[in-house]
Amino acid sequence: MTGPLVLGIETSCDETGIGIVRGRTLLSNTIASSMDEHARFGGVVPEVAARAHLEALQPSIEAALAEAGVTLAEIDAVAVTSGPGLAGALMVGVGAAKALAVSLDKPLYAVNHLVGHIAADILDPEAAPLEYPTVALLVSGGHTSLLLVRDLTGDVELLGETMDDAAGEAFDKIARILGLPYPGGPEIDRAAASGDPAAIRFPRGMSRASDMAKHRYDFSFSGLKTAVARWIEQREAAGEPPPVADVAASFREAVIYVLVTKALDACARFEVPRLLLGGGVIANHRLREVAVQRANAAGVTVRIPPLSLCTDNGAMIAALASELISAGRRPSTLDFGADSTLPVTEIQVDERPHAGGSAE
Amino acid sequence: MILGIDTSLGTTVAVVEADGVVRSEVGSTDPLRHAEVIGSLLARALTEASGAAAVGVPAPSVPRLDLTHVAAGMGPGPFTGLRIGVAAARAFALGRGIPVVAVVSHDAIALGHLLHAALQDADTPRFAVVTDARRREFAYTVYDGIDDDGLPVRVTEPALVPRDDLDARLNDLGAERREAHSVSGAMLALVAARALAGGRETGPAEPLYLRSPDVTLGHAPKRVTA
Ligand SMILES: [Zn+2]
Repeated sequence: MTGPLVLGIETSCDETGIGIVRGRTLLSNTIASSMDEHARFGGVVPEVAARAHLEALQPSIEAALAEAGVTLAEIDAVAVTSGPGLAGALMVGVGAAKALAVSLDKPLYAVNHLVGHIAADILDPEAAPLEYPTVALLVSGGHTSLLLVRDLTGDVELLGETMDDAAGEAFDKIARILGLPYPGGPEIDRAAASGDPAAIRFPRGMSRASDMAKHRYDFSFSGLKTAVARWIEQREAAGEPPPVADVAASFREAVIYVLVTKALDACARFEVPRLLLGGGVIANHRLREVAVQRANAAGVTVRIPPLSLCTDNGAMIAALASELISAGRRPSTLDFGADSTLPVTEIQVDERPHAGGSAE
Repeated sequence: MILGIDTSLGTTVAVVEADGVVRSEVGSTDPLRHAEVIGSLLARALTEASGAAAVGVPAPSVPRLDLTHVAAGMGPGPFTGLRIGVAAARAFALGRGIPVVAVVSHDAIALGHLLHAALQDADTPRFAVVTDARRREFAYTVYDGIDDDGLPVRVTEPALVPRDDLDARLNDLGAERREAHSVSGAMLALVAARALAGGRETGPAEPLYLRSPDVTLGHAPKRVTA
């Protein structure tokens, strides 16, 4: 095993992720989730998430070190998510990472959460090296983004993103409408298993010809959500119980159709026969199935990191920093903050200026 | 030597010797940019405490001071900022393998008042440390004198009160109102030093939020058809 030993801290949403990597080798992917605390609210509550991060950080770091079999003294660098994400949650990780780096007198790398999702791929020991360029579709409860990745550490372009809800949020909201618990993704999946995906024709958001000029690669799920709610209300008004399985299957199919269609459209337009999937919603079996089927038909190769690295985690943050170090990038200064809307083009935040001749 | 960190109002970092000698104290009064300033303030406090001239940008190396504890200000204070200091204190301590000493931030303000009065041989009447708690509320803690370990004596635990009700409340408690807009990291570390010397625990393990997370319980989905 070679390469820098990096500890990554991720607190952008409801998972406190501590990852330790050596170069491209995963040593620990420790995650403490506050999902159960959010369940009764039907979605992530920022203040609840931030409190949970503070409680989970220290035990998670200790657990990650124990699993990796390393001590903090051996760590070469600390990495942290600067954004995008929930501001109050991000700040807990930023404060901890800065203090840890100063305490250990080690360099600190502040990185982009979305690019971290792509970096998760390089930790897969079975996979061949990531080829460039690649289109990346990142789908979770917090984001839905389509990216063109020419270089993980140097050139990532945002093609489009959701204009309203993230895809994962849409699953949560429809689950609530159907009376299913949070988180909605697995529940919709379970309900959809016995349903007919072609039973109801729900709208495909941002897919009309008039959308294609300006929003060719953007997503929108709020119209779909309203359409599902209206359809169910009409059924109820007619005195008929809504067919939950058919609604779940048809809704899921509409979401997946838009995600996969836009991703493959980007592959075709940029002549990139490679599609990387990431984010927690990739755990959805039907999404992976449809993506692989349709990509195969289009001559596009699909890459999916191990699912344990698709959900938010600190290992992907450590992996991205490790790649930045290998690419010769200098550490971040100590002066960056949490940036809840950090653009994907900022792969690393606040890289330190050149030493200007003095020994470093 | 004790490192003190508090972000319950602005951001303050200090290094204090076990006997109370202040080696360094740096801070920012900005009530919002705790996450931005905490790292550089830590580095500066350590550098100044070591007696070394600040080597400054772009790649300061932090002198390895012989710290024994990290004092963490646990509030009360606006949560988002408060948490950054607690997270930093815990992470710093973890990095050095030393314990965290939790300190009520108001205790540090109170000790400042009491030491200042003692220097002038003045008596300090019962008083309340009052800080902004946002949402038209104050956080307050009432103190009366100093105990044998040199720690301020808390008469009431930190609590919230609507701004308009503060004076009546303090009147009932017979406490003079002393509003504070900053915390001293040195006083915070000194509270920790005195607590350690006296074998006392003075602060709570978790931040003094004093408020439940602001959430509305999920209601039934809204109808979309009229
Ligand atoms: Zn994510």
